[in-house]
Amino acid sequence: MTTGREPPRTARPRPPGRGVPLALLVPALLGLAFLLVPLLALLLRAPWRSLPEQLTSPAVWEALRLSLLCATMATALSLVVGVPLAWLLARTDFPGRGLVRALVTLPLVLPPVVGGVALLLALGRNGVVGQWLDAWFGITLPFTTAGVVLAETFVAMPFLVISVEGTLRAADPRYEEAATTLGASRFTAFRRVTLPLIAPGIAAGAVLAWARALGEFGATITFAGNFPGRTQTMPLAVYLALQNDPAAAIALSLVLLAVSIAVLAGLRDRWMRTV
Amino acid sequence: MTRRTRRSRASHRLAAVTALAVLALSGCSSPGSGSPSGAEGDAVTGTVTVFAAASLEQTFTELGERFEEEHPGTEVAFNFSGSDSLAAGINNGAPADVFAAASAKTMKLVTDEGRTAGRPDTFVRNRLQIATAPGNPHGIRSLKDLTAPGLKVVLCDRTVPCGAAARTALAAGGVGLTPVSYEQDVRSALTKVELKEADAALVYGTDVRAAGDKVEGVHFPESAEAVNDYPIARLADAPNPSAAKAFVELVTSAEGRRVLGEAGFLQP
Amino acid sequence: MTIMPEEPAKTPGTPPGSAAEGLDAHLVVDRGTFRLDIELTAAPGDVVALLGPNGAGKTTALRALAGLAPLTSGRLRLDGTDLRRTPPESRPVGVVFQDYLLFPHLTALDNVAFGPRCRGEGKAAARARAAEWLERMALTEHAGAKPRHLSGGQAQRVALARALATHPRLLLLDEPLAALDARTRLDVRAQLRRHLAAFEAVAVLVTHDPLDAMVLADRLVVVEHGRVVQEGTPSDIARHPRTEYIAQLVGLNLYRGRAEGHTVRLDAGPAVSTTEHLRGPAFVAFPPGAVTLHRDRPTGSSARNVWHCAVAGLETHGDQIRAELTGELSLAADLTTVAAAELDLHPGAPVWAAVKAAQTHAYPA
Repeated sequence: MTTGREPPRTARPRPPGRGVPLALLVPALLGLAFLLVPLLALLLRAPWRSLPEQLTSPAVWEALRLSLLCATMATALSLVVGVPLAWLLARTDFPGRGLVRALVTLPLVLPPVVGGVALLLALGRNGVVGQWLDAWFGITLPFTTAGVVLAETFVAMPFLVISVEGTLRAADPRYEEAATTLGASRFTAFRRVTLPLIAPGIAAGAVLAWARALGEFGATITFAGNFPGRTQTMPLAVYLALQNDPAAAIALSLVLLAVSIAVLAGLRDRWMRTV
Repeated sequence: MTRRTRRSRASHRLAAVTALAVLALSGCSSPGSGSPSGAEGDAVTGTVTVFAAASLEQTFTELGERFEEEHPGTEVAFNFSGSDSLAAGINNGAPADVFAAASAKTMKLVTDEGRTAGRPDTFVRNRLQIATAPGNPHGIRSLKDLTAPGLKVVLCDRTVPCGAAARTALAAGGVGLTPVSYEQDVRSALTKVELKEADAALVYGTDVRAAGDKVEGVHFPESAEAVNDYPIARLADAPNPSAAKAFVELVTSAEGRRVLGEAGFLQP
Repeated sequence: MTIMPEEPAKTPGTPPGSAAEGLDAHLVVDRGTFRLDIELTAAPGDVVALLGPNGAGKTTALRALAGLAPLTSGRLRLDGTDLRRTPPESRPVGVVFQDYLLFPHLTALDNVAFGPRCRGEGKAAARARAAEWLERMALTEHAGAKPRHLSGGQAQRVALARALATHPRLLLLDEPLAALDARTRLDVRAQLRRHLAAFEAVAVLVTHDPLDAMVLADRLVVVEHGRVVQEGTPSDIARHPRTEYIAQLVGLNLYRGRAEGHTVRLDAGPAVSTTEHLRGPAFVAFPPGAVTLHRDRPTGSSARNVWHCAVAGLETHGDQIRAELTGELSLAADLTTVAAAELDLHPGAPVWAAVKAAQTHAYPA
């Protein structure tokens, strides 16, 4: 190679300044590896030979069905109350709003088991609210599927609220004003204008919440207990299997992983890209 | 080595990593430091690392303090965790001097690999009791009483020792009981009773004792069928064999039995 | 300096209070250190422009009228009804926002149908009404288009149709032409003028562009620092600027007439030669600086627009002198003090004014 030659990189023209700087690329790849290697390890060490046997157990499918059902219902519940809450935080001004926002995010930092105990103290048979639910309506939530949904909602809803509130703050509030001048009440403006505008943010928040609910363990087992077919979701089954049969635990984890990847990929194609 | 054992070793390695992580997080000093090179019978010094079942945390912590008083210059480092994961850690080479398990079965995992020095000793036993709210408001006197309609009973999951013992006792009594939940451990089963979410739970007598006046224990004869032995053993690869020996001696001494007995453990 | 609304579309400035009809407002809004305090009255059919620099409080005034900003005090009556306690969604007010704020997820048709729907019409009726409005705006073929597929001018017309579809008694336009490029602006301005002329209730537009204000409005209200500094017809204000801001604003001679090719025959007065080729109603505008003054009729000059005038007044603007001329054509001319001295300009002095065709600007009215 002679020095007089043009450097080879000019042979392939590239827009100037479009290369990925190493200072970003290296940590980015490190981060990716950090996230993927444990999953890869799970795959490498999976008991492939006994896998079919593990997966044909009806208990596995029951736990999976319950997981999907509860995570979906928790997401729906989060949407019903979380989106209005996000709107309240983003669009109105009331004293102590900063404090309320901090409180909303509290379940994010609370250890889920503590969250479960808190739910017991609030909604349990002898809880602050739960005792009245029991006395007046005969409703007890612990040890029920509804309890699982509530526990998952408690942990997952903050993800939705934070995500939707961020989208709302980024959205132009003047669209709501424009709707108002056309005769729309604030609720109509929210429903017919704001909601469609922030739909991508809501979808993203819902996916986050769903994923968090699907993996929920601590609050669920603490509040709703563990009973196959009623409150035993996949993470509970995985945890208990881990006590004496790690191979089975890995197999169950793989099922949970596969299903969530399938659902999240499907949602991403359907929802996130349309905007 | 057959492929089968290799695979089981692999999965145990997973558990060992967990155990080590717990060790690191709980701030235990690194084991093996200051380990003497002398043979057994030498002066007891340095750090002794004890892997013990979680249910022994209170009593062993107390015994550890006593040990450090009796043997100035020593330090006892504990790793309290589930017996299964401790056994997995030991089998994967975690540097420990003493292993105290909550069941003969888990100890066997370690002896099978030839990792104990000498035969394990059963130093205490534990029997199930029915834990109820203080004052036993539902008047529970026997296992049969647990099947009363509307009564909410929690058991431990069969994958944890108290759950396995409960199954054995229920089978021995011929009692068909459907609990509202199979809890992940004794602690969470007790919490449900303490918060009055459940009316009763089957837990160990030591757990009832540890819960103080928040729950009341009811003895039942079928528990004799599901007595849990707690074996203790020195480990073959102990970094500090003389201290290991001294610690096991303390646990099995009259003094050790007194401390354990106060916590509700039964004599073997 | 002359603006000649010589063919007023309607009678401007019906005195306030003479009838309950129309707008009668005293807007007072306190916002920290800023205070807006303006009187605003208009009769049905009036088009009033709030003209002023950025930060003068024009948009605040508009938001107060729409109910989007609360009044600190004052009064707000529309057709005799007190609107101060009426929430924005119940006010008979339509707003065309500066960047239109068309709902991006709705088609043009559904954007226009939105108001009628909210005011209680059925879906089919609202859409039928919206379709009529789009037809009136010559937008029928774009009815199914989402806003992002509309040009600036089309979007502006959809926004206007959307605001008008609720039959407002007060139409508010916030910088209605500001979002358009210069080329589209001329067309849209002419169209908007026609639609405003046809609008039977009060229209208030906010703008910082004097040309927009003068073309679109019958009456200007000049706002500076939250106060009205001058009010009147475009020609009044252009002729007698009372602040420097207005004098700068109205730096144009503007006439209305009828174009016949390269000539615009003014409604009252002579013809003006232009470079543009037009037919039909048209405006001609040229800045005072484009006017040259001569003691004798210029000959052999390339200027084809030459008028005999007399000096009506002289004003100093920095090192420039602005001469107000009357005669064949009323106009303003800027010249240096040296040139003024050489020409011996004084009130009543006869003078010839010339403007090159290339310096004029004609466009459809």
